[in-house]
Amino acid sequence: MAATLPPQFEVVDRPLDTQMTISMGPQHPSTHGVLRLELVLDGEMIVKCTPDIGYLHTGMEKLFEYKKFQQGIVITDRMDYLNPLGNNLAYVMAVEKLLGLEIPERAQTIRVLMCELQRIASHLVWLGTHALDIGAMTVFFYCFREREKILNMIEAASGGRLTPSYFRIGGLMMDLPAGFERRCQQFIDKFLPAVDEFHTLLTGNRIFQRRTQGVGIISAEDAIDWGLTGPSLRGSGVNIDVRRTDPYTGYEQYDFEVPIETGCDVWARYIVRMRELKESHKIVRQGLGRLQPGPIKADAPKVVLPDREAMKTHMDALIHHFLIVAEGFNVPAGEVYHAIEGSKGELGCYVKSDGGPKPSRVHFRGPSFINLSALPLMAEGEMIADVVAIIGSLDIVLGEIDR
Amino acid sequence: MDIERQQEIAKQAAATTPAHSSDRPSVLAALQRENTDWAGEVIQAFGEITIVVPRGRLVEICTFLKTAPGLEFIMLSDLCGADRGPEEDPRFEVNYQLFSVTKHYRLRLKVLLAEDDPHVPTVTGVWRTANWHERETFDLFGVVFDGHPDLRRILLPDDWQGHALRKDFPLRGYEPYSLT
Repeated sequence: MAATLPPQFEVVDRPLDTQMTISMGPQHPSTHGVLRLELVLDGEMIVKCTPDIGYLHTGMEKLFEYKKFQQGIVITDRMDYLNPLGNNLAYVMAVEKLLGLEIPERAQTIRVLMCELQRIASHLVWLGTHALDIGAMTVFFYCFREREKILNMIEAASGGRLTPSYFRIGGLMMDLPAGFERRCQQFIDKFLPAVDEFHTLLTGNRIFQRRTQGVGIISAEDAIDWGLTGPSLRGSGVNIDVRRTDPYTGYEQYDFEVPIETGCDVWARYIVRMRELKESHKIVRQGLGRLQPGPIKADAPKVVLPDREAMKTHMDALIHHFLIVAEGFNVPAGEVYHAIEGSKGELGCYVKSDGGPKPSRVHFRGPSFINLSALPLMAEGEMIADVVAIIGSLDIVLGEIDR
Repeated sequence: MDIERQQEIAKQAAATTPAHSSDRPSVLAALQRENTDWAGEVIQAFGEITIVVPRGRLVEICTFLKTAPGLEFIMLSDLCGADRGPEEDPRFEVNYQLFSVTKHYRLRLKVLLAEDDPHVPTVTGVWRTANWHERETFDLFGVVFDGHPDLRRILLPDDWQGHALRKDFPLRGYEPYSLT
Protein backbone atom coordinates (compact mmCIF):
# COMPACT_ATOMS: atom_id res chain seq x y z
CA MET A 1 0.00 0.00 0.00
CA ALA A 2 2.68 2.41 1.04
CA ALA A 3 4.53 1.90 -2.19
CA THR A 4 1.72 3.45 -4.26
CA LEU A 5 1.56 6.67 -2.23
CA PRO A 6 3.47 9.77 -3.38
CA PRO A 7 6.80 10.09 -1.57
CA GLN A 8 5.68 12.83 0.81
CA PHE A 9 2.99 10.56 2.30
CA GLU A 10 5.12 7.49 2.56
CA VAL A 11 4.95 5.86 5.97
CA VAL A 12 8.45 5.57 7.34
CA ASP A 13 8.91 3.07 10.11
CA ARG A 14 10.78 4.91 12.84
CA PRO A 15 10.87 4.45 16.61
CA LEU A 16 8.83 7.05 18.46
CA ASP A 17 11.74 8.87 20.03
CA THR A 18 13.41 10.05 16.80
CA GLN A 19 12.65 12.88 14.42
CA MET A 20 9.27 13.81 13.10
CA THR A 21 8.40 15.74 9.93
CA ILE A 22 5.45 18.08 10.01
CA SER A 23 4.01 20.34 7.38
CA MET A 24 3.19 23.81 8.67
CA GLY A 25 0.88 25.72 6.36
CA PRO A 26 -0.12 26.67 3.72
CA GLN A 27 -3.34 27.40 5.61
CA HIS A 28 -1.64 28.23 8.90
CA PRO A 29 -2.73 31.75 9.94
CA SER A 30 0.64 32.81 11.27
CA THR A 31 2.45 32.09 8.02
CA HIS A 32 0.95 35.35 6.72
CA GLY A 33 -0.63 33.92 3.65
CA VAL A 34 0.12 30.68 1.91
CA LEU A 35 3.61 29.78 2.99
CA ARG A 36 4.27 26.14 3.70
CA LEU A 37 7.16 25.05 5.87
CA GLU A 38 8.39 21.52 6.04
CA LEU A 39 9.79 21.14 9.52
CA VAL A 40 11.86 18.24 10.76
CA LEU A 41 11.50 18.20 14.52
CA ASP A 42 13.38 16.54 17.30
CA GLY A 43 10.95 16.94 20.15
CA GLU A 44 10.14 20.63 19.96
CA MET A 45 13.45 21.59 18.39
CA ILE A 46 13.70 22.30 14.69
CA VAL A 47 16.36 20.23 12.99
CA LYS A 48 15.58 21.28 9.45
CA CYS A 49 13.28 23.86 7.95
CA THR A 50 12.41 23.94 4.25
CA PRO A 51 10.14 26.70 3.01
CA ASP A 52 7.84 25.76 0.15
CA ILE A 53 6.45 28.66 -1.81
CA GLY A 54 4.56 29.20 -5.03
CA TYR A 55 0.99 28.72 -3.87
CA LEU A 56 0.13 32.27 -4.89
CA HIS A 57 2.10 32.31 -8.15
CA THR A 58 0.04 34.11 -10.75
CA GLY A 59 2.62 34.68 -13.47
CA MET A 60 2.77 38.45 -13.05
CA GLU A 61 6.16 38.79 -14.71
CA LYS A 62 4.79 36.95 -17.75
CA LEU A 63 1.75 39.19 -17.81
CA PHE A 64 3.93 42.32 -17.92
CA GLU A 65 5.26 41.25 -21.31
CA TYR A 66 1.75 41.24 -22.74
CA LYS A 67 0.73 44.65 -21.37
CA LYS A 68 1.77 48.12 -22.41
CA PHE A 69 4.13 49.97 -20.14
CA GLN A 70 1.42 52.06 -18.50
CA GLN A 71 -0.81 49.02 -18.02
CA GLY A 72 1.85 47.31 -15.96
CA ILE A 73 1.31 49.68 -13.05
CA VAL A 74 -1.87 47.96 -11.94
CA ILE A 75 -0.06 44.62 -11.82
CA THR A 76 2.52 46.01 -9.40
CA ASP A 77 -0.23 46.92 -6.92
CA ARG A 78 -1.02 43.28 -6.49
CA MET A 79 2.48 42.12 -5.63
CA ASP A 80 3.18 43.47 -2.17
CA TYR A 81 -0.38 44.41 -1.34
CA LEU A 82 0.65 46.07 1.91
CA ASN A 83 3.01 48.46 0.13
CA PRO A 84 1.38 49.05 -3.28
CA LEU A 85 2.60 52.63 -3.63
CA GLY A 86 6.17 51.45 -3.12
CA ASN A 87 5.74 48.90 -5.91
CA ASN A 88 4.23 51.56 -8.17
CA LEU A 89 7.18 53.79 -7.49
CA ALA A 90 9.83 51.16 -8.23
CA TYR A 91 8.25 50.24 -11.56
CA VAL A 92 7.38 53.78 -12.61
CA MET A 93 10.86 55.07 -11.79
CA ALA A 94 12.51 52.29 -13.74
CA VAL A 95 10.46 53.14 -16.83
CA GLU A 96 11.07 56.86 -16.29
CA LYS A 97 14.80 56.13 -16.19
CA LEU A 98 14.52 54.51 -19.63
CA LEU A 99 12.50 57.43 -20.96
CA GLY A 100 14.70 60.05 -19.30
CA LEU A 101 11.79 61.96 -17.85
CA GLU A 102 12.16 64.88 -15.48
CA ILE A 103 9.55 64.75 -12.71
CA PRO A 104 8.26 68.08 -11.33
CA GLU A 105 8.98 69.06 -7.76
CA ARG A 106 5.43 68.78 -6.48
CA ALA A 107 4.96 65.29 -7.88
CA GLN A 108 8.19 64.19 -6.20
CA THR A 109 7.14 65.61 -2.85
CA ILE A 110 3.76 63.90 -3.08
CA ARG A 111 5.49 60.65 -3.98
CA VAL A 112 7.66 60.83 -0.88
CA LEU A 113 4.70 61.81 1.27
CA MET A 114 2.50 58.98 0.05
CA CYS A 115 5.28 56.41 0.18
CA GLU A 116 6.02 57.21 3.79
CA LEU A 117 2.33 57.06 4.71
CA GLN A 118 2.25 53.69 3.00
CA ARG A 119 5.33 52.57 4.92
CA ILE A 120 3.61 53.48 8.18
CA ALA A 121 0.50 51.55 7.08
CA SER A 122 2.60 48.54 6.14
CA HIS A 123 4.50 48.59 9.42
CA LEU A 124 1.21 48.86 11.31
CA VAL A 125 -0.07 45.67 9.70
CA TRP A 126 3.22 44.02 10.52
CA LEU A 127 3.04 45.17 14.15
CA GLY A 128 -0.54 44.05 14.60
CA THR A 129 -0.07 40.62 13.06
CA HIS A 130 3.33 40.02 14.63
CA ALA A 131 1.88 40.71 18.07
CA LEU A 132 -1.16 38.60 17.26
CA ASP A 133 1.05 35.67 16.27
CA ILE A 134 2.83 35.84 19.59
CA GLY A 135 -0.43 36.10 21.50
CA ALA A 136 -0.99 39.79 22.15
CA MET A 137 -4.34 40.41 20.58
CA THR A 138 -5.08 43.98 21.68
CA VAL A 139 -2.33 45.63 19.65
CA PHE A 140 -3.92 44.44 16.43
CA PHE A 141 -7.00 46.62 16.92
CA TYR A 142 -5.00 49.70 17.86
CA CYS A 143 -2.82 49.28 14.75
CA PHE A 144 -5.72 48.82 12.41
CA ARG A 145 -7.41 51.90 13.87
CA GLU A 146 -4.44 54.01 12.76
CA ARG A 147 -4.02 52.17 9.46
CA GLU A 148 -7.63 52.88 8.60
CA LYS A 149 -6.91 56.60 8.65
CA ILE A 150 -4.03 56.17 6.20
CA LEU A 151 -6.07 53.97 3.89
CA ASN A 152 -8.82 56.57 3.91
CA MET A 153 -6.29 59.20 2.86
CA ILE A 154 -4.94 57.00 0.08
CA GLU A 155 -8.48 56.33 -1.04
CA ALA A 156 -9.24 60.04 -1.11
CA ALA A 157 -6.19 60.66 -3.29
CA SER A 158 -6.39 57.73 -5.67
CA GLY A 159 -9.76 56.07 -5.35
CA GLY A 160 -8.34 52.75 -4.19
CA ARG A 161 -7.50 51.55 -0.72
CA LEU A 162 -5.30 48.56 -1.39
CA THR A 163 -4.66 48.99 -5.11
CA PRO A 164 -4.16 52.72 -5.61
CA SER A 165 -2.07 52.79 -8.86
CA TYR A 166 -1.52 56.40 -7.91
CA PHE A 167 1.91 56.95 -9.44
CA ARG A 168 1.98 57.05 -13.20
CA ILE A 169 4.82 57.14 -15.66
CA GLY A 170 5.77 60.80 -15.70
CA GLY A 171 4.02 61.90 -12.53
CA LEU A 172 0.82 61.19 -10.68
CA MET A 173 -2.65 60.09 -11.62
CA MET A 174 -4.11 63.35 -10.31
CA ASP A 175 -3.37 66.03 -7.78
CA LEU A 176 -4.17 65.64 -4.10
CA PRO A 177 -7.84 66.27 -3.33
CA ALA A 178 -9.00 69.37 -1.48
CA GLY A 179 -8.64 69.01 2.24
CA PHE A 180 -5.97 66.31 2.02
CA GLU A 181 -3.33 68.39 3.76
CA ARG A 182 -5.62 69.16 6.69
CA ARG A 183 -6.50 65.49 7.04
CA CYS A 184 -2.88 64.45 6.86
CA GLN A 185 -1.95 67.09 9.42
CA GLN A 186 -4.63 65.80 11.77
CA PHE A 187 -3.29 62.28 11.37
CA ILE A 188 0.33 63.11 12.06
CA ASP A 189 -0.57 65.27 15.04
CA LYS A 190 -2.14 62.25 16.72
CA PHE A 191 0.25 59.60 15.48
CA LEU A 192 3.13 59.93 17.93
CA PRO A 193 0.88 59.39 20.98
CA ALA A 194 -0.47 56.33 19.16
CA VAL A 195 3.07 54.94 18.76
CA ASP A 196 3.64 55.48 22.47
CA GLU A 197 0.44 53.56 23.05
CA PHE A 198 1.82 50.62 21.04
CA HIS A 199 4.95 50.75 23.16
CA THR A 200 2.98 50.62 26.41
CA LEU A 201 1.02 47.65 25.09
CA LEU A 202 3.94 45.61 23.86
CA THR A 203 7.47 46.81 24.49
CA GLY A 204 7.37 46.52 28.26
CA ASN A 205 5.53 43.23 28.17
CA ARG A 206 7.70 40.54 29.79
CA ILE A 207 6.09 37.74 27.81
CA PHE A 208 6.73 39.51 24.52
CA GLN A 209 10.32 40.24 25.51
CA ARG A 210 10.97 36.62 26.45
CA ARG A 211 9.43 35.39 23.23
CA THR A 212 11.57 37.67 21.04
CA GLN A 213 14.91 38.40 22.70
CA GLY A 214 17.70 36.06 21.62
CA VAL A 215 15.44 34.31 19.10
CA GLY A 216 16.14 34.03 15.37
CA ILE A 217 19.72 35.27 15.47
CA ILE A 218 21.41 36.21 12.18
CA SER A 219 24.81 37.88 12.22
CA ALA A 220 25.64 40.91 10.10
CA GLU A 221 27.92 38.88 7.77
CA ASP A 222 25.30 36.20 7.25
CA ALA A 223 22.60 38.80 6.73
CA ILE A 224 24.55 40.47 3.92
CA ASP A 225 25.56 37.15 2.41
CA TRP A 226 21.92 36.04 2.35
CA GLY A 227 20.91 39.35 0.79
CA LEU A 228 18.70 40.52 3.64
CA THR A 229 17.61 44.13 3.28
CA GLY A 230 15.46 46.63 5.06
CA PRO A 231 14.63 46.43 8.76
CA SER A 232 15.66 42.78 8.84
CA LEU A 233 19.20 43.78 7.87
CA ARG A 234 19.33 46.89 10.04
CA GLY A 235 18.31 44.77 13.02
CA SER A 236 21.69 43.07 12.55
CA GLY A 237 23.56 46.36 12.80
CA VAL A 238 24.22 47.04 9.10
CA ASN A 239 23.58 50.62 8.07
CA ILE A 240 22.09 50.22 4.61
CA ASP A 241 19.01 52.06 3.49
CA VAL A 242 18.44 52.70 -0.21
CA ARG A 243 17.01 56.10 0.67
CA ARG A 244 20.51 57.00 1.84
CA THR A 245 22.79 54.92 -0.37
CA ASP A 246 20.96 55.65 -3.65
CA PRO A 247 18.65 58.60 -2.95
CA TYR A 248 15.65 58.86 -5.25
CA THR A 249 12.70 61.31 -5.57
CA GLY A 250 14.58 63.81 -3.44
CA TYR A 251 15.06 61.77 -0.26
CA GLU A 252 18.45 63.40 0.16
CA GLN A 253 16.68 66.65 1.11
CA TYR A 254 14.82 65.16 4.05
CA ASP A 255 16.13 64.99 7.56
CA PHE A 256 15.61 61.55 9.00
CA GLU A 257 17.56 58.91 10.82
CA VAL A 258 18.12 55.32 9.77
CA PRO A 259 17.44 53.22 12.85
CA ILE A 260 20.09 50.59 13.54
CA GLU A 261 19.97 47.91 16.23
CA THR A 262 22.72 45.43 16.91
CA GLY A 263 20.77 42.68 18.64
CA CYS A 264 20.48 40.52 15.46
CA ASP A 265 17.34 38.91 16.92
CA VAL A 266 13.57 39.22 16.55
CA TRP A 267 13.53 41.88 19.25
CA ALA A 268 16.07 44.05 17.40
CA ARG A 269 14.04 43.88 14.20
CA TYR A 270 10.96 44.82 16.22
CA ILE A 271 12.69 47.88 17.69
CA VAL A 272 14.01 48.95 14.27
CA ARG A 273 10.52 48.97 12.80
CA MET A 274 9.06 50.74 15.80
CA ARG A 275 11.66 53.46 15.43
CA GLU A 276 11.02 53.62 11.68
CA LEU A 277 7.41 54.47 12.39
CA LYS A 278 8.59 57.65 14.04
CA GLU A 279 11.11 58.41 11.30
CA SER A 280 8.47 58.02 8.59
CA HIS A 281 6.24 60.29 10.59
CA LYS A 282 9.05 62.84 10.58
CA ILE A 283 9.38 62.62 6.79
CA VAL A 284 5.63 62.98 6.30
CA ARG A 285 5.68 66.11 8.43
CA GLN A 286 8.52 67.58 6.34
CA GLY A 287 6.82 66.56 3.11
CA LEU A 288 3.65 68.38 4.11
CA GLY A 289 5.67 71.51 4.78
CA ARG A 290 7.31 71.26 1.36
CA LEU A 291 4.15 70.99 -0.71
CA GLN A 292 4.12 73.90 -3.13
CA PRO A 293 1.63 74.45 -5.93
CA GLY A 294 2.94 73.33 -9.29
CA PRO A 295 2.56 70.77 -12.05
CA ILE A 296 2.22 67.11 -11.12
CA LYS A 297 3.02 65.64 -14.51
CA ALA A 298 6.19 65.73 -16.56
CA ASP A 299 6.27 67.80 -19.71
CA ALA A 300 6.16 64.90 -22.14
CA PRO A 301 2.92 64.98 -24.13
CA LYS A 302 3.67 61.69 -25.92
CA VAL A 303 3.98 59.76 -22.66
CA VAL A 304 1.80 61.50 -20.08
CA LEU A 305 -1.96 61.63 -20.53
CA PRO A 306 -3.17 65.23 -21.03
CA ASP A 307 -5.55 66.91 -18.62
CA ARG A 308 -9.19 66.34 -19.31
CA GLU A 309 -9.85 69.99 -20.05
CA ALA A 310 -6.95 70.27 -22.51
CA MET A 311 -8.10 67.13 -24.25
CA LYS A 312 -11.51 68.63 -24.94
CA THR A 313 -10.21 71.95 -26.23
CA HIS A 314 -6.92 71.18 -28.01
CA MET A 315 -6.63 69.02 -31.08
CA ASP A 316 -3.04 67.93 -30.42
CA ALA A 317 -3.87 66.92 -26.84
CA LEU A 318 -6.74 64.83 -28.16
CA ILE A 319 -4.46 63.10 -30.66
CA HIS A 320 -1.84 62.37 -28.00
CA HIS A 321 -4.51 61.04 -25.67
CA PHE A 322 -5.84 58.76 -28.36
CA LEU A 323 -2.40 57.47 -29.32
CA ILE A 324 -1.29 56.81 -25.73
CA VAL A 325 -4.47 54.91 -24.91
CA ALA A 326 -4.77 53.02 -28.19
CA GLU A 327 -1.16 52.29 -29.07
CA GLY A 328 0.89 53.14 -26.02
CA PHE A 329 4.24 54.85 -26.30
CA ASN A 330 7.57 53.52 -27.36
CA VAL A 331 10.26 53.24 -24.73
CA PRO A 332 13.90 53.38 -25.87
CA ALA A 333 15.62 50.01 -26.04
CA GLY A 334 17.78 49.18 -23.08
CA GLU A 335 17.67 47.80 -19.58
CA VAL A 336 17.63 49.39 -16.16
CA TYR A 337 17.50 48.25 -12.58
CA HIS A 338 15.98 50.68 -10.14
CA ALA A 339 15.90 50.03 -6.44
CA ILE A 340 13.87 51.81 -3.81
CA GLU A 341 13.50 51.23 -0.10
CA GLY A 342 10.19 49.48 0.29
CA SER A 343 8.70 48.84 3.68
CA LYS A 344 10.31 45.40 3.75
CA GLY A 345 13.66 46.13 2.18
CA GLU A 346 15.28 46.84 -1.14
CA LEU A 347 12.55 46.67 -3.74
CA GLY A 348 14.24 46.48 -7.12
CA CYS A 349 12.66 46.56 -10.51
CA TYR A 350 14.50 45.36 -13.61
CA VAL A 351 12.93 46.54 -16.85
CA LYS A 352 14.17 45.60 -20.29
CA SER A 353 12.72 47.24 -23.35
CA ASP A 354 13.33 46.41 -26.99
CA GLY A 355 12.03 49.75 -28.23
CA GLY A 356 8.35 48.99 -28.45
CA PRO A 357 5.30 49.87 -26.35
CA LYS A 358 5.52 46.66 -24.31
CA PRO A 359 8.40 45.62 -22.06
CA SER A 360 10.52 42.69 -23.11
CA ARG A 361 11.14 41.63 -19.52
CA VAL A 362 10.12 42.95 -16.13
CA HIS A 363 11.54 41.41 -13.00
CA PHE A 364 10.89 42.40 -9.42
CA ARG A 365 13.40 41.84 -6.70
CA GLY A 366 10.94 41.31 -3.90
CA PRO A 367 12.55 41.87 -0.52
CA SER A 368 10.21 39.32 1.10
CA PHE A 369 11.43 36.64 -1.31
CA ILE A 370 15.06 37.12 -0.34
CA ASN A 371 14.38 37.64 3.35
CA LEU A 372 12.39 34.43 3.49
CA SER A 373 15.22 32.45 1.89
CA ALA A 374 17.26 33.09 5.05
CA LEU A 375 14.55 31.64 7.29
CA PRO A 376 16.16 28.17 7.64
CA LEU A 377 19.33 29.79 8.91
CA MET A 378 17.42 31.61 11.63
CA ALA A 379 14.93 28.89 12.51
CA GLU A 380 17.10 25.79 12.70
CA GLY A 381 17.99 25.02 16.28
CA GLU A 382 15.09 27.01 17.69
CA MET A 383 11.80 25.79 19.17
CA ILE A 384 8.82 25.27 16.88
CA ALA A 385 6.87 28.07 18.57
CA ASP A 386 9.68 30.48 17.72
CA VAL A 387 9.24 29.96 13.99
CA VAL A 388 6.07 32.00 14.22
CA ALA A 389 7.95 34.84 15.89
CA ILE A 390 10.76 34.68 13.30
CA ILE A 391 8.41 34.73 10.32
CA GLY A 392 6.64 37.68 11.90
CA SER A 393 9.91 39.53 12.37
CA LEU A 394 10.80 39.12 8.67
CA ASP A 395 7.52 40.79 7.65
CA ILE A 396 6.86 38.74 4.55
CA VAL A 397 4.05 39.18 2.06
CA LEU A 398 3.39 36.13 -0.06
CA GLY A 399 1.96 38.11 -2.93
CA GLU A 400 5.41 39.50 -3.52
CA ILE A 401 7.25 36.24 -2.93
CA ASP A 402 5.23 34.20 -5.43
CA ARG A 403 4.40 36.98 -7.88
CA MET B 1 17.49 66.20 20.27
CA ASP B 2 20.90 66.69 21.89
CA ILE B 3 23.92 67.89 20.02
CA GLU B 4 25.88 64.63 20.21
CA ARG B 5 23.02 62.75 18.65
CA GLN B 6 22.79 65.29 15.83
CA GLN B 7 26.48 65.05 15.16
CA GLU B 8 26.26 61.31 15.05
CA ILE B 9 23.47 61.51 12.48
CA ALA B 10 25.44 63.98 10.40
CA LYS B 11 28.43 61.63 10.51
CA GLN B 12 26.28 58.72 9.41
CA ALA B 13 24.83 60.74 6.58
CA ALA B 14 28.30 61.76 5.45
CA ALA B 15 29.47 58.16 5.55
CA THR B 16 26.58 57.04 3.38
CA THR B 17 26.71 59.75 0.74
CA PRO B 18 26.52 58.05 -2.65
CA ALA B 19 29.72 57.59 -4.55
CA HIS B 20 30.20 59.98 -7.42
CA SER B 21 29.72 58.65 -10.86
CA SER B 22 33.35 59.45 -11.66
CA ASP B 23 34.38 56.61 -9.32
CA ARG B 24 32.45 54.06 -11.29
CA PRO B 25 34.79 53.41 -14.23
CA SER B 26 37.41 52.34 -11.69
CA VAL B 27 35.51 49.05 -11.37
CA LEU B 28 36.04 48.45 -15.03
CA ALA B 29 39.68 49.46 -14.84
CA ALA B 30 40.24 47.11 -11.92
CA LEU B 31 38.66 44.25 -13.83
CA GLN B 32 40.77 44.86 -16.91
CA ARG B 33 43.91 45.30 -14.85
CA GLU B 34 43.31 41.93 -13.21
CA ASN B 35 42.67 40.08 -16.43
CA THR B 36 42.05 41.57 -19.85
CA ASP B 37 39.70 38.74 -20.90
CA TRP B 38 37.27 39.33 -18.09
CA ALA B 39 35.37 42.32 -19.31
CA GLY B 40 33.86 41.54 -22.66
CA GLU B 41 31.43 44.03 -24.06
CA VAL B 42 30.78 46.99 -21.76
CA ILE B 43 27.51 48.89 -22.00
CA GLN B 44 27.13 52.21 -20.25
CA ALA B 45 23.59 53.46 -20.54
CA PHE B 46 21.02 55.19 -18.36
CA GLY B 47 23.67 55.77 -15.71
CA GLU B 48 24.31 52.07 -15.24
CA ILE B 49 27.21 49.87 -16.19
CA THR B 50 26.66 46.45 -17.68
CA ILE B 51 29.58 44.12 -18.26
CA VAL B 52 29.12 41.07 -20.42
CA VAL B 53 31.36 38.39 -18.96
CA PRO B 54 32.40 35.03 -20.38
CA ARG B 55 30.50 32.16 -18.83
CA GLY B 56 33.53 30.08 -17.93
CA ARG B 57 35.15 32.83 -15.85
CA LEU B 58 31.98 33.96 -14.03
CA VAL B 59 32.75 32.53 -10.60
CA GLU B 60 36.33 33.81 -10.75
CA ILE B 61 35.14 37.31 -11.67
CA CYS B 62 32.46 37.34 -8.99
CA THR B 63 34.93 36.21 -6.34
CA PHE B 64 37.33 38.95 -7.43
CA LEU B 65 34.62 41.63 -7.36
CA LYS B 66 33.52 40.49 -3.94
CA THR B 67 36.92 40.33 -2.31
CA ALA B 68 39.10 42.92 -4.09
CA PRO B 69 39.81 45.87 -1.80
CA GLY B 70 38.22 49.04 -3.12
CA LEU B 71 35.43 47.15 -4.86
CA GLU B 72 33.81 44.93 -2.22
CA PHE B 73 30.64 43.94 -3.98
CA ILE B 74 29.64 41.83 -1.03
CA MET B 75 25.94 41.87 -1.76
CA LEU B 76 24.12 40.31 -4.67
CA SER B 77 21.00 42.43 -5.00
CA ASP B 78 19.29 40.53 -7.69
CA LEU B 79 19.73 37.81 -10.25
CA CYS B 80 17.30 37.36 -13.07
CA GLY B 81 17.07 35.66 -16.40
CA ALA B 82 15.75 37.06 -19.63
CA ASP B 83 14.72 35.52 -22.91
CA ARG B 84 15.50 37.44 -26.09
CA GLY B 85 13.19 35.28 -28.17
CA PRO B 86 13.58 31.94 -29.93
CA GLU B 87 15.00 33.50 -33.11
CA GLU B 88 17.90 35.21 -31.31
CA ASP B 89 21.31 33.73 -30.75
CA PRO B 90 22.47 33.78 -27.97
CA ARG B 91 18.95 33.43 -26.71
CA PHE B 92 19.14 33.68 -22.92
CA GLU B 93 20.81 36.12 -20.64
CA VAL B 94 21.36 35.98 -16.90
CA ASN B 95 21.76 39.33 -15.15
CA TYR B 96 23.55 39.76 -11.85
CA GLN B 97 22.93 43.01 -9.98
CA LEU B 98 25.81 43.62 -7.63
CA PHE B 99 25.84 46.14 -4.82
CA SER B 100 28.88 47.36 -2.97
CA VAL B 101 27.95 47.77 0.68
CA THR B 102 30.90 50.04 1.43
CA LYS B 103 31.09 52.12 -1.77
CA HIS B 104 27.38 52.13 -2.55
CA TYR B 105 27.58 51.53 -6.22
CA ARG B 106 25.88 49.07 -8.40
CA LEU B 107 27.10 46.96 -11.27
CA ARG B 108 25.40 44.55 -13.59
CA LEU B 109 27.08 41.46 -14.93
CA LYS B 110 25.53 39.70 -17.85
CA VAL B 111 26.10 36.19 -19.12
CA LEU B 112 24.80 35.21 -22.55
CA LEU B 113 23.69 31.66 -23.19
CA ALA B 114 22.81 29.75 -26.33
CA GLU B 115 19.51 27.95 -26.53
CA ASP B 116 20.98 24.48 -26.93
CA ASP B 117 23.42 24.89 -24.04
CA PRO B 118 21.74 26.91 -21.26
CA HIS B 119 24.28 26.07 -18.59
CA VAL B 120 25.99 28.53 -16.30
CA PRO B 121 28.10 27.90 -13.18
CA THR B 122 26.37 28.68 -9.91
CA VAL B 123 27.44 31.64 -7.77
CA THR B 124 25.93 30.24 -4.57
CA GLY B 125 29.49 29.69 -3.40
CA VAL B 126 30.14 33.42 -3.64
CA TRP B 127 26.83 34.81 -2.39
CA ARG B 128 24.51 32.36 -0.66
CA THR B 129 21.52 34.54 -1.50
CA ALA B 130 21.86 33.35 -5.11
CA ASN B 131 20.28 30.05 -4.09
CA TRP B 132 16.62 30.99 -4.52
CA HIS B 133 17.30 33.39 -7.37
CA GLU B 134 18.92 30.63 -9.37
CA ARG B 135 16.12 28.22 -8.57
CA GLU B 136 13.65 30.82 -9.82
CA THR B 137 15.58 31.38 -13.03
CA PHE B 138 15.84 27.63 -13.56
CA ASP B 139 12.13 27.26 -12.94
CA LEU B 140 10.98 29.98 -15.30
CA PHE B 141 13.63 29.89 -18.04
CA GLY B 142 15.17 26.46 -17.84
CA VAL B 143 18.67 27.82 -17.34
CA VAL B 144 20.69 25.17 -15.54
CA PHE B 145 23.06 26.38 -12.83
CA ASP B 146 25.85 23.82 -12.62
CA GLY B 147 26.92 23.02 -9.08
CA HIS B 148 23.82 24.44 -7.41
CA PRO B 149 23.17 22.58 -4.14
CA ASP B 150 19.41 22.20 -4.58
CA LEU B 151 18.24 22.99 -8.10
CA ARG B 152 14.48 22.34 -7.99
CA ARG B 153 11.51 24.30 -9.22
CA ILE B 154 10.49 26.95 -6.73
CA LEU B 155 7.40 28.83 -7.91
CA LEU B 156 5.72 26.31 -10.18
CA PRO B 157 4.74 22.76 -9.22
CA ASP B 158 7.38 20.04 -9.53
CA ASP B 159 5.54 18.28 -12.35
CA TRP B 160 5.08 21.42 -14.47
CA GLN B 161 5.97 21.01 -18.12
CA GLY B 162 8.03 23.68 -19.82
CA HIS B 163 9.43 26.99 -18.60
CA ALA B 164 6.82 29.67 -18.23
CA LEU B 165 8.78 32.85 -18.93
CA ARG B 166 10.24 31.70 -22.23
CA LYS B 167 8.89 33.74 -25.08
CA ASP B 168 7.53 30.69 -26.88
CA PHE B 169 5.52 29.59 -23.85
CA PRO B 170 1.90 30.73 -24.38
CA LEU B 171 0.47 33.20 -21.88
CA ARG B 172 -2.31 30.84 -20.83
CA GLY B 173 -0.20 27.69 -20.91
CA TYR B 174 -0.66 24.63 -23.07
CA GLU B 175 -3.57 23.14 -21.14
CA PRO B 176 -5.44 23.92 -17.90
CA TYR B 177 -3.33 22.81 -14.97
CA SER B 178 -4.94 20.76 -12.27
CA LEU B 179 -3.40 19.79 -8.95
CA THR B 180 -5.30 16.52 -8.79
